[in-house]
Amino acid sequence: MRELIEYLLTHVPLLTKVPSIFVYAVFILIGAGVVLGYISVMVIIWVYLERKVAGHIQARYGPMRVGPHGILQTIADAIKLFMKEDIIIPTSHKVLFIIAPFLVFFGAFAPFVVLPYSESLYLSKMNVGVFYLLALTAFEVIGIIMAGWGSNNKWALYGGMRHAAQMICYELPMGISVLTVVVFTGSLTLHGITNAQGWLPWQWFISPLKSPFTFIAGFVFYIAGLAATKRVPFDLPEAESELVAGYHAEYSGMRFAFFFLAEYTAMYLVCAVTSLLFLGGWNGPLPRAQGWLGNLLGLINVLSKTYFLLFVMLWLRWTLPRLRIDQLLSTSLKYLLPISLGALLGAAIQSAIF
Amino acid sequence: MLYDFANIVVFLVLTGVLVFGTLLVGRLVRTQKPTPEKNTIYECGEPPFGSSWVRYNIRFYNIALVFLIFDVEVVCLFPVILVLQHFKLISRTLMLVAVGEVAFFVVVLVIALIYAWHKGALDWLRAPESPYSVEESHNPE
Amino acid sequence: MAGKEIAIIIVFYVTCGVVVISALIAVFARSVINAAFALFFTLCGMAGFYFLLSADFLAIVQIVVYAGGILVLLLFGILLTHRTLEELGIEKRTTYIAGTIAGLAFYLILIFIIAQGLWHQIPPKPMAPTTATIGRLLLTKYLLPFEISSVTLLAALIGSAYLVRRKEGK
Repeated sequence: MRELIEYLLTHVPLLTKVPSIFVYAVFILIGAGVVLGYISVMVIIWVYLERKVAGHIQARYGPMRVGPHGILQTIADAIKLFMKEDIIIPTSHKVLFIIAPFLVFFGAFAPFVVLPYSESLYLSKMNVGVFYLLALTAFEVIGIIMAGWGSNNKWALYGGMRHAAQMICYELPMGISVLTVVVFTGSLTLHGITNAQGWLPWQWFISPLKSPFTFIAGFVFYIAGLAATKRVPFDLPEAESELVAGYHAEYSGMRFAFFFLAEYTAMYLVCAVTSLLFLGGWNGPLPRAQGWLGNLLGLINVLSKTYFLLFVMLWLRWTLPRLRIDQLLSTSLKYLLPISLGALLGAAIQSAIF
Repeated sequence: MLYDFANIVVFLVLTGVLVFGTLLVGRLVRTQKPTPEKNTIYECGEPPFGSSWVRYNIRFYNIALVFLIFDVEVVCLFPVILVLQHFKLISRTLMLVAVGEVAFFVVVLVIALIYAWHKGALDWLRAPESPYSVEESHNPE
Repeated sequence: MAGKEIAIIIVFYVTCGVVVISALIAVFARSVINAAFALFFTLCGMAGFYFLLSADFLAIVQIVVYAGGILVLLLFGILLTHRTLEELGIEKRTTYIAGTIAGLAFYLILIFIIAQGLWHQIPPKPMAPTTATIGRLLLTKYLLPFEISSVTLLAALIGSAYLVRRKEGK
């Protein structure tokens, strides 16, 4: 994106007449808008697919009424959410109640600044890359506690606390398994990490041939990602039979929609980052090419891996039972954390010896 | 680097515009008929009792303490792990020394983890030591 | 590139506003929980300052450790012992006096340090990534502090395990 703007600034005479800061601002805004549009469309499709996959796994049809095979169902849902009454309970803490969806959505949306879609389709190559991704979970954690507290609802607060505890616990194995990869790449940018992997599947970090330790770290990262986005089997924060709906029990209409959007965006993000860090990103099974064709093939590679991982998330939802809260926390602190620390040490030693 | 920061700022502004703008636009089309029932807290249909801003379990605090320590560890490890490959480019012995240094750091924290595990700081239900939790685990209702 | 400077100044002053206002809310808020949530915005604003000073690593650390770690701990702690000052049996006036004295002392120390410091005007350099430099320094020049920090963390964990056990025993 930056290269594009600089190219345009030097080659298009019209743009040199306006201050360059405006050109930058407008182009970044366009980029962010495109990302936002992509997220919205992607979420609409995946919510539909989730219901459809759920239906077929349980030997029923899923949504069938709105449009052929119910493909317009999520659009109808979105319109419904848009037109719903916006209820702010008078006894709630209004400021926190209003700010919370903003923070949570920002926490899910801002990571897209550093997320590349293919070799040259990206917004920015931030030097701190993956570390920045880790930092943004703070916004979600605080936003969720804020939503829970602001609602003045016992279930909401308890769900929010559970989710915050779960997110911080699973942030540790996630960070450490990212480090396991960084040992081999010597770069924190998602570009550097992806380009450190070769074109063939056994040159990706998920392959035990490349390193057995990144193989372990890949699984740890994906499991921790599942938990951080509170997917089944880690969906305790909104266990509907116990806690109504978790921290967004009091939210209605569009405010609820933003939590929902943030949740699915976070799911997509975990899958996209896993595919970039461990599954080779655009170094995919499709052949290598130059120029725009290479970018297109790279984009298809990244998206197909990401969507496969998303499908696995849906699949797991109807396969595994939910954990108990003590099992949930011991999975993180007693299993994933020691395993990822061991993998990190192993990877450091491996890279020093070989 | 300012370019990256500009990106974050633009994303922040766009998020704000989206979240609050949509609500503002939605005001034109959505209904607004508050009733006393709608304005009460949802507690599964029962009238809500008491304040929900009550005291919570110490376990959450416990988890957050353990988290904070390992969070600082991860933060310390990030720059150090990053330069391992740079050291490898200079010389292999330097890399080995660096890995030894990192390994010492990690091993001390593994000891910390083992200690916390042994002392039961990682347990949700702290069964053996305190009489309170033994009671709880024996009669859950 | 005058436009760039103007944009930086605008962002800087907006961040300043956020930091100052949220810090004032944090100091003067009646309820502890409001103060804690206001503190979140102060910490994020500080991260923004670090970004503007091209300390990208430090900015992220600010968010990860302070906003994502310490503040969460603080919030959990508040939710754990959520009582008003009156309930705790603390008189408002004593806390104000103690706070004022502590604040003034801290302020004096800060002034002393600032006056002592040699303030060289560094010529503006192109902004460069800092993470790798920090890592290199940690493994060579500042190796001992780095290793001691891990031992400190171990001590902190032992302390916290002890603390939690004591509270549970009561």
